[in-house]
Amino acid sequence: MSAKIKVERLNLWYGAFHALIDVGLSVREKAITSLIGPSGCGKSTLLRCLNRMNDLIDDVRIEGSVRIDGQDIYAGTSAPTALRKKVGMVFQRPNPFPLSVYENIAFGPKVHHLAKADEMDDIVEDSLKAVHLWDELKDRLDENALALSLEQKQRLCIARLAAVRSEVLLMDEPCSALDPLATLRIEELMRYLRSDYTILIVTHNMQQAARVSDDTGFMLLGELIEFGRTTDIFTRPQDKRTEDYITGRFG
Amino acid sequence: MTNEGARQRIGFGLLLAATLLVVLPVLAIIVLIVTKGWSALSLEFLFTMPRDGMRAGGIFPAILGTFVLVLASISFALPIGVMAAVYLSEYAKDNLLTRIINLAIINLAGVSSVVFGLFGLSLFVVFLRFGVSILSGALTLGIMTLPVIITTTREALRAVPKSYREVSFSLGASRWQTIRHSVLPFATPGILTGAILSIGRVAGETAPILFTVAAFYLPKLPHSLGDQVMALPYHLYIATTQIPGVPENYRYGTALVLVGLVLIMNIAATRIRSRFRRKR
Repeated sequence: MSAKIKVERLNLWYGAFHALIDVGLSVREKAITSLIGPSGCGKSTLLRCLNRMNDLIDDVRIEGSVRIDGQDIYAGTSAPTALRKKVGMVFQRPNPFPLSVYENIAFGPKVHHLAKADEMDDIVEDSLKAVHLWDELKDRLDENALALSLEQKQRLCIARLAAVRSEVLLMDEPCSALDPLATLRIEELMRYLRSDYTILIVTHNMQQAARVSDDTGFMLLGELIEFGRTTDIFTRPQDKRTEDYITGRFG
Repeated sequence: MTNEGARQRIGFGLLLAATLLVVLPVLAIIVLIVTKGWSALSLEFLFTMPRDGMRAGGIFPAILGTFVLVLASISFALPIGVMAAVYLSEYAKDNLLTRIINLAIINLAGVSSVVFGLFGLSLFVVFLRFGVSILSGALTLGIMTLPVIITTTREALRAVPKSYREVSFSLGASRWQTIRHSVLPFATPGILTGAILSIGRVAGETAPILFTVAAFYLPKLPHSLGDQVMALPYHLYIATTQIPGVPENYRYGTALVLVGLVLIMNIAATRIRSRFRRKR
């Protein structure tokens, strides 16, 4: 499997605070990569570098390179809008628009002019099918998405990305608002989506990383301490700090 | 314990008294206007021209004039105010220019209405040669309401959760698409609140229209934006102070119509607003 995302010597400052320090990793295509580490270690910041969501914050300085499919996403010629279509994001709190289920899915395709009006129904159906929501919601497409359960909302947010044909899914603690059973079902969905998407997940939950991911990176205080196959990280960590973290000595 | 209870009752009583103090004058005004003015109301009063040196007949031209002025000034001020607010809250960086603009808006809100009238006279009537006309009056009134519209629109935009913008950006929407599709629709009810507040202000102001549009008496109705109009507040003023022998119920009837017109326009705007709320 080839590298979908290649990060090299990435440094990021929020004002004077050095939040990412010389981070480098390569993310395999159509695999699930998890980033673990204690709060404030920079894992969400790293995730947000990959779709340039950090651009929205004032006073951020980024150095180094992030290449996706070989293209430097911070090069002057790349448009963040095209990047974010390709690299979608799922947030910690499920955040559907207070619109109907249908309009939530249709938002992305409309913004990117991906569909004519008569194709939109198919896109909505396919996107909901991709996240196994179609059977539950096919009769509730006009209902306000805020009325859905948390798990359904989170699936809907993933379906929104399917609708714009994202290739990479960045998931920022996607299950932290969900109960354990819903969490398991979302993890199942992630494994199912793995055949079509490159998935990066930031999680607090080490068991989740162990259960779901192929590769794992451990971050601490802005540095990527260790990165490798999930089985290796969890069974034979090379770094003492990784071992301390996964065995629960801190964090 | 009983001491605390007594204190609480006293506090509660004070708050209630303060609230009543606010409500009572409003009630008193309404009761006064309705009891003294009700007898003047008739189809003739509402829909015909004044007669006998404005001591009898109807006040239709003044009603029409005020209605036209409200419509014209809102349709000028609402788009401009909303655009300015969108710029200030979504695009503008916090720099010297923005701070100067903010200061200007606050000051504009504090300028007394007669100064707006003089300004309208010198800029629109004289310098731009719009003459004493609906156009000059509506622009003057519009400028006067801009701070209200800008401020309420900014509040409405600020009340749209940050996450809507974030999701929109994360789906690859541009800044304008984000504003257009995931901010403005959710701010519309709040923006309309600003418009509603402006309606009352525009309909009731006398000073800004004094030099720019209002006519003492016109024998016929206006045909274009270049014409003068009569307006309810000004008509009320002259009927009360400039013309001897105007019956009391005629004057209070005019006030009642003014209050009623504002009420009707507010209800209409509120209905539009609640339709927007339901849609979301």
